[in-house]
Amino acid sequence: MTEQILLEVQKVSRSFGKFQALRNVSLRIQPGRLCALIGPNGAGKTTFYNVVSGRYRPTSGRVFFEGRNIARAPAHRLVGMGLLRSFQITNIFPALTVLENVLVPLVVHHGSSFACFGSIGRRPDLAEEAEQILSRVGLAGQSHRVVSTLAYGDKRLIEIAIVLARRPRLVLLDEPTAGMNPEETDRMIRLIRDLSERSDTTFFITEHDMKVVFSVAEKIFVLNQGEMLAEGTPEEIRANPEVKRAYLGGSLDAAGI
Amino acid sequence: MNTLLRRQLIMGGVILAALLAAPFVLPMYWVIVLTEILTMSLFALSFNLLFGYTGLLSFGQAGFFGAGGYFAVLTLIHGPQSLWAALAAGLLGAALLALVIGWFCVRLDEIYFAILTLGFGMMLFTVAHNWRAVTGGSDGLGGFTVPEMSLLGFQVNLFNPKNFYLLVLFLVVLGVLLLLRVVQSPFGLLLKATRENSNRVSFVGANVRSVRLFAFVLAGALAGIGGALFALFNRIASPEMLHWSFSGKAVLMTILGGSGVFLGPAAGAAIFFVLEHVITAYTTNWMLFLGAILVVLVLAFPKGVLGSLLGLYARRWKGPKP
Amino acid sequence: MEGFLSNVLNGLSWGMLLFLISMGLTTVFGVMGVLNFAHGSLFMLGAYFCMQFVRWVGSFWVGLLVGPPIVAVLSILIERYLLRPLYGRDVSFQLLLTFGVMLFLDDGVRLIWGAAYHLVNPPDILSGVIPFFSQTYPVYRLFLVLLGPLLGIALWAFFTFTRWGKILRAAAMDRQMAEIIGVRVPVLFTAVFAFGAWLAALGGALAAPHQSVGPAMGERIIIESFIVVVIGGMGSFPGAFVGALILGLMNSFGTTLVPDLQMALPYILLAVVLLTRPRGIFGGEA
Repeated sequence: MTEQILLEVQKVSRSFGKFQALRNVSLRIQPGRLCALIGPNGAGKTTFYNVVSGRYRPTSGRVFFEGRNIARAPAHRLVGMGLLRSFQITNIFPALTVLENVLVPLVVHHGSSFACFGSIGRRPDLAEEAEQILSRVGLAGQSHRVVSTLAYGDKRLIEIAIVLARRPRLVLLDEPTAGMNPEETDRMIRLIRDLSERSDTTFFITEHDMKVVFSVAEKIFVLNQGEMLAEGTPEEIRANPEVKRAYLGGSLDAAGI
Repeated sequence: MNTLLRRQLIMGGVILAALLAAPFVLPMYWVIVLTEILTMSLFALSFNLLFGYTGLLSFGQAGFFGAGGYFAVLTLIHGPQSLWAALAAGLLGAALLALVIGWFCVRLDEIYFAILTLGFGMMLFTVAHNWRAVTGGSDGLGGFTVPEMSLLGFQVNLFNPKNFYLLVLFLVVLGVLLLLRVVQSPFGLLLKATRENSNRVSFVGANVRSVRLFAFVLAGALAGIGGALFALFNRIASPEMLHWSFSGKAVLMTILGGSGVFLGPAAGAAIFFVLEHVITAYTTNWMLFLGAILVVLVLAFPKGVLGSLLGLYARRWKGPKP
Repeated sequence: MEGFLSNVLNGLSWGMLLFLISMGLTTVFGVMGVLNFAHGSLFMLGAYFCMQFVRWVGSFWVGLLVGPPIVAVLSILIERYLLRPLYGRDVSFQLLLTFGVMLFLDDGVRLIWGAAYHLVNPPDILSGVIPFFSQTYPVYRLFLVLLGPLLGIALWAFFTFTRWGKILRAAAMDRQMAEIIGVRVPVLFTAVFAFGAWLAALGGALAAPHQSVGPAMGERIIIESFIVVVIGGMGSFPGAFVGALILGLMNSFGTTLVPDLQMALPYILLAVVLLTRPRGIFGGEA
């Protein structure tokens, strides 16, 4: 049975001077399967995301998205192809309102980036679409609040909303629950699961919180010191002794796994 | 449209009515001063499209302002004696220069952008200052007459300061309306997003350089019209119009009025001229006071005069924030 | 040959002055992240104070020794009360503030000393000319050419061997780390700013006999030193040296070879550097 491959990473390495952050990392992601990337601190998860999302070029290796080689593509072009990412450190538009934060990607999505003569107020279609997205992530009714006044957890939701506005094929969620308290984390888990099941978007998350990973992921990749250590279903990973060793009995045990 | 903008537009409408009446009530001297204020307002507003809205501090906008002036004058000297042709030349010439120069500058960020724009502006200054054969060198380019303006079949004599004033008012209002449209448009939203977080803008799929370049060209074009009007008004295009210190004027006016409000730079231009008028009556060291005022503003009133006023007014009306 | 040599010497003497002022500018930027528009005005004040001391006591050396520290004290006031409140804010505001200070100082000089240009004679021991091939060359310029590298070496030794120098270099590289190991950053900033001002004023005092002292001095030199700093690399000490030399030589040879283009040469070089290697010749990560 050949399934489509959404994202294929072939032996990607990335060095910063003498420091090799990634070494020959390969993986494949199929559409519709929620995957997770885990690994101890310093494993290279964020570097990996930066390479795949176009922030860095790989020192060697190739990256294919829907069959196209994207290793040299700039970030904005990848977005146009349907590959998006969210950020571990909230990276939104602080002085703009909640609605405007979602309108920005929508404007770009609908090709209106350079539409400079029509008032945006006369685009109720965009506003409506933005409101819908906000409802889906649970921020309905907050449209006119300036984002810098929001609670941290809500700001993380805006991160997701911005990404969703572009109807992505693949989203790299970089530590979506970073800094969240248990309630917010649960809310996020439910949201991710809900979005994964109900939309065409494939989610690829990286997380420190093992509870999140093991409750939503269908496939887990383990990175350690820049190399791919293991991949498999949650049960397989749980049983893998090398993975346990890599974590030195840390997060896995702590999560009661 | 947010209330802050609406309030400014209402204010602007009232002021516009006053400005229309001005040439018929005020002495000629004030009409001439107002003409200058209007021209410089357009320059400052175009600067703020880059600074306040896109987050780009450019110290080279005078290059486009002055270039617009030179292109207009050159048209009248070497080309048709048509006012509209001269203005069009100013606009298009400045826009073209902005396209070329901007293509290089938008590759850089923050301080480097500011320095590079300053550098290119000064390169243009050198051309204007040294290329005697074409630009008249340090003496500037004069020796032309402002042609009559053909409007709806009438020939309007522009030697009359009243008529020239009305022309300038008309064009500046047009420029303001254009800027208003841009600022409220989807593109305008993208500009603000670029100012807030240019990194994220590329991660939502927009080419930040292209966005910035478009803004740069728009700003350059509007500066070009301002410069054309300025040169025609003063009957001369001179190299000083391109010097970085002239760019500094636009920066000053914008900070004076407030970069965060739409009409801030225009208010700043008016305040600038009033201050200059008042202070130079007492002393020749007006730059001293201007420098001190700028320092005070940056430290205590970063929103500028208009920005702070509107902010105060909003608070009084709505009451303090909870 | 003598034309070539005299161009070289002219370029070097001007380059050395440029080096002093740029050194201050780049240190301030490297440690504090502030690009000080008023730096040229401090240079100019150094020249004016020197001139004033020459008038009062008739000694250039007094002017050279006493003037710059006075400017440094003034700069401490500027940093402490005007610049410090802005550290958390957008870089543009710091630039704008120093722009305002520049306007104030440039006109203040006009207020106190008038708008005329003044000549300052070099001290007797350094005045006059020495025979130079078939012509003569001013002794004072030779003095500058020799003094520059000496000062450069002295500064290098300061930064490499003394405790304060090492602290400054460390703070320039990593401000947070410096804070963590106990360096009191506010004091450090004030000290760096004063140091930069002292260097600029010293350059100004040395420049007084070299060129006439007038109110446009500051404006003229600030852009050139911006360019030197950018070309050499922001925060780089050898960069300031090399950049200043390049600009100095370009100025003197430019006037002889391409007089019409000479004014634009620094800007063209600036653009080329910014677009090909924005961090400058010796700069670190851009």
